[in-house]
Amino acid sequence: MYYYYVLNIFLLACINMIAVLGVSIFTGFTGLFSLGHAAFVGIGAYTAGVLTYHWYVPFPLAILAGMLASGIAGLVIGIPTLRAKLRSDYFAIAILGFGEALRVCLENLSITNGARGLSLDELSGSAWVVGALLASLAFTRSLLRSRFGAMFMAIREDPVAAEMAGINLFRTRLLSLVVSAVLCGASGALLAHRIAFIQPVMFTMTQSTQLLASVIAGGMGSISGPAIVSFIFTALPEMLRKLEMYRLPAYGLLLVVIMIFRPQGLMGYREIPDLLRGTRDLLLARRVR
Amino acid sequence: MMAALLEVRGLTRVFGGIRAVDSLSFDAHEGGITGLIGPNGAGKTTVFNLITGVYRPTAGTVCLAGGRLTGCRPDDVVRAGVARTFQNIRLFARRTCLENVTTPILARASYGPIAAVLRTPSARSAERAAREKAFAIMEELGIERFASFQASNLPYGMQRKLEIARALACSPKVLLLDEPAAGMNDAETHELGETIKRALEDFGVTILLIEHHINLVLDICTHVVVMERGALLAHGTPGDIRENPAVVEAYLGRRRRDRA
Repeated sequence: MYYYYVLNIFLLACINMIAVLGVSIFTGFTGLFSLGHAAFVGIGAYTAGVLTYHWYVPFPLAILAGMLASGIAGLVIGIPTLRAKLRSDYFAIAILGFGEALRVCLENLSITNGARGLSLDELSGSAWVVGALLASLAFTRSLLRSRFGAMFMAIREDPVAAEMAGINLFRTRLLSLVVSAVLCGASGALLAHRIAFIQPVMFTMTQSTQLLASVIAGGMGSISGPAIVSFIFTALPEMLRKLEMYRLPAYGLLLVVIMIFRPQGLMGYREIPDLLRGTRDLLLARRVR
Repeated sequence: MMAALLEVRGLTRVFGGIRAVDSLSFDAHEGGITGLIGPNGAGKTTVFNLITGVYRPTAGTVCLAGGRLTGCRPDDVVRAGVARTFQNIRLFARRTCLENVTTPILARASYGPIAAVLRTPSARSAERAAREKAFAIMEELGIERFASFQASNLPYGMQRKLEIARALACSPKVLLLDEPAAGMNDAETHELGETIKRALEDFGVTILLIEHHINLVLDICTHVVVMERGALLAHGTPGDIRENPAVVEAYLGRRRRDRA
């Protein structure tokens, strides 16, 4: 029983990490803020959930449909709002409104069973979740090492200079948004079939803030930092469950402590291999001396 | 006579009631260094912003080798063959120097997102070629030893050179340099002049140079355009400009008296 409890938390942390990877691409690497990425998680969750609940669509197809729906939603919000050259705040506000509108829609549609939510089958087994996480990590790493990663980071560092390096700001930002939305959609589809129940309130601004907080606390421009922090953020509330009402302040305190001692985030913009390399160089240097 | 590569015709930009650039016309000849000088606020940087598509002109046109640049987005202007540096250095600060120079080359590479994620051989070879080309440009400018440094950790003069390297990585026909010698002493300025001349020879670019170090301009430019209050005051060879009474009065006057 206890094993199952720990495993469940682990799998939820893995699922959360997939969404955090998506936000990391968009916020950490492309430098655009979003207070509404939970909406993409929600679209993925509901698309996949509705498909398996009403039409018994096979689970893998439902995940793909969830990813596709989130990606399309990313295009729909991104095309009008990311046009503004140097202002990314239009997007931040538009996605905030979109998230709220989505919640209201989900609460009033009959196909989603309204605010009562949908009870689903528990289809996201360990293999699915861990496999999806590893695939997402490999995907993110390859994308960021490619020319697209170089263009994302150039835009984060200086949009004006990036444009004068021949980068189409609109198209590159839109690509970043769609990729991050697709990852969030995958996370949502897995989440829905892990907790086997979805409800509109699961995908509100609180969740968006948590995704963004994971990226900022983990390090803007790092894959491993946000991944580690998202794990802590999922596991910690469970570990602190005995403290009951002190749980949430403790959670907030952790965020404040990270921001005071590591304002650049847990990992800055480095990765675990960079740290290992740094340690190796330090040891070698000592031996030479 | 060399052919005009960059043609500016009747270029005008009005901000509110101020005519920052006022029906300005000049040519930048192929293979030459054209100096753009004038007192502070004469509208020189605005001309660069109009050429590169950062601002849209109120009137007038800019043509590169006969093709219109006016109305193009900055990234299209870069693709057409115009690159620039910035008055206040704008590097990709938290990336390495090599990555800074590689970025414009990768921005032109043709492989798509799917090839990128699958890391296909063609994507890998495009990335390798970009790194090699970027390193070669850095070698040419003598900054290859900084390749793995974070750009923001470079000394000031090197950051300026790195910006020139990044601009050259766009494979431009015309390179716009906005006060590349700002904040440099005479020795550094002289060295920069040599770098600019070498870039001209090795990369076959035509240069348009905004600079306040008047000696550098008179030294290396083949043609000088003088602006005052947005309008053309004079143009000609450095020799003509030195002797032009209007220019001497508006711009060089005080310096002459200092020397006397």
